[in-house]
Amino acid sequence: MESIQAILNNPYVFAALMALAPLLWILPYALFAIWFERKVSAHMQDRLGPMRTGGWHGWSQSIADLVKLLLKEDLIPAKSKHGLFMLAPYVVFVGSYAAYAVIPFTSAYVGSEINVGIFYFVAVSSLVVVGILMGAWSSNNKWSLFGAMRSAAQIVSYEIPGTLAILAVVMVVGSLSLQDIVRAQEGWFWNWFVFGKFPFLFIAFLIYFLCSLAEVNRTPFDIPEAESELVAGYHTEYSGMRFAMFYLAEYANMFAVSAVAVTLFFGGWQSPFGTFLSGPAWGVFWFLSKGMGFIFLQMWLRWTLPRLRVDQLMYVNWKVLMPFAFVNIIFVGLWMMIAQ
Amino acid sequence: MVLLDYVPIFIMVSLAGIFGLVLSKASEIFGPKKPNPEKLSTYESGMQPIRTARERFSVKFYLVAMLFILFDVEIVFLYPWAAVVRELRLFGFIEMLIFVAVLLVGYVYILKKGALRWD
Repeated sequence: MESIQAILNNPYVFAALMALAPLLWILPYALFAIWFERKVSAHMQDRLGPMRTGGWHGWSQSIADLVKLLLKEDLIPAKSKHGLFMLAPYVVFVGSYAAYAVIPFTSAYVGSEINVGIFYFVAVSSLVVVGILMGAWSSNNKWSLFGAMRSAAQIVSYEIPGTLAILAVVMVVGSLSLQDIVRAQEGWFWNWFVFGKFPFLFIAFLIYFLCSLAEVNRTPFDIPEAESELVAGYHTEYSGMRFAMFYLAEYANMFAVSAVAVTLFFGGWQSPFGTFLSGPAWGVFWFLSKGMGFIFLQMWLRWTLPRLRVDQLMYVNWKVLMPFAFVNIIFVGLWMMIAQ
Repeated sequence: MVLLDYVPIFIMVSLAGIFGLVLSKASEIFGPKKPNPEKLSTYESGMQPIRTARERFSVKFYLVAMLFILFDVEIVFLYPWAAVVRELRLFGFIEMLIFVAVLLVGYVYILKKGALRWD
């Protein structure tokens, strides 16, 4: 027992265990979210969705899918660039998992307490573009390359207003650390930035949320994998577990951007009722339930809105969101100057 | 220790790599291995692939990438300012207004040039 204690006290062993924690959340979450998305889409279209596997409402459908993918042949097209083709899923997954390092799950837990938190998140989450381009170009497939070009153009463009929206929060808090940002929203839910600093941070939230949808390639911004024209976009040639890694990274990214939206604008792990039901354990509960709320919102939008065309997509970003984001940070600055 | 804060990130990155390796090894072990030329050919909706996939694509994509770099660098400069804007007070705010005004001139220029028109 003492030796276990001694091992746990070693900072490196402790750090390794801490680094494992987000993975223990992502895996069950991704399995749940895939099943949940199918059920949500089905019910929105007046169908039932998977009902057989496992009994109750097909709850084990995604586990069955996982086993199926595991038993599939791992095909590598003859004309692909083999090395890059095999490396690409790792880059995508590493990029999306590394982003979890700065997300504060509760007051007591954050993977790494670096002082540039949100800046690191923005930087690392765009690593996914590199992986997508790598996989698509090496597949030597037209659908893949078209999808990846669109995806790259979309992700990099929407990063600009998204980062500017985050900037507004950084200005108000005066710190880049996500824990500091959460602590600045203490108290009842009207202290959360989305309500508390009305209307500036509410506008920032809307801009950030739209941009985060584009960054994870969700509808209405899913032209990179528009299945009606591009088959499956950048992962057309992937099969088996490599395909599963792209899928896992996509769902991991969905939660990561939702978690950042929650942290920046919805009080992170703070309880909505002041000190009622607060504490490290309740913090995890509040954080995850707010995050899952956003996941549901993303699914809801996906099955409600039609897909944008590529010119509309660029129009929305460069001519609508970006001027708004710039004007918003100037107004936040003005308001801060007056308030001082 | 500031550098020690980055150790968990390093561990997480390697952990994600190992996890990916385990997944792809598992599919190599459990999955069948029966390749044939048809299966390994490029998917093009059931047709014989025509030429290579690495053809030329619209110059608009390059333009977007270039504009992104310009604006992204500006934003990188804005971040340190945002973190200390409270201490800088009015002086810092006016400095930033000048900076954004210069950026605005560039934005209006690319708008007038039609670089953002996608058709």
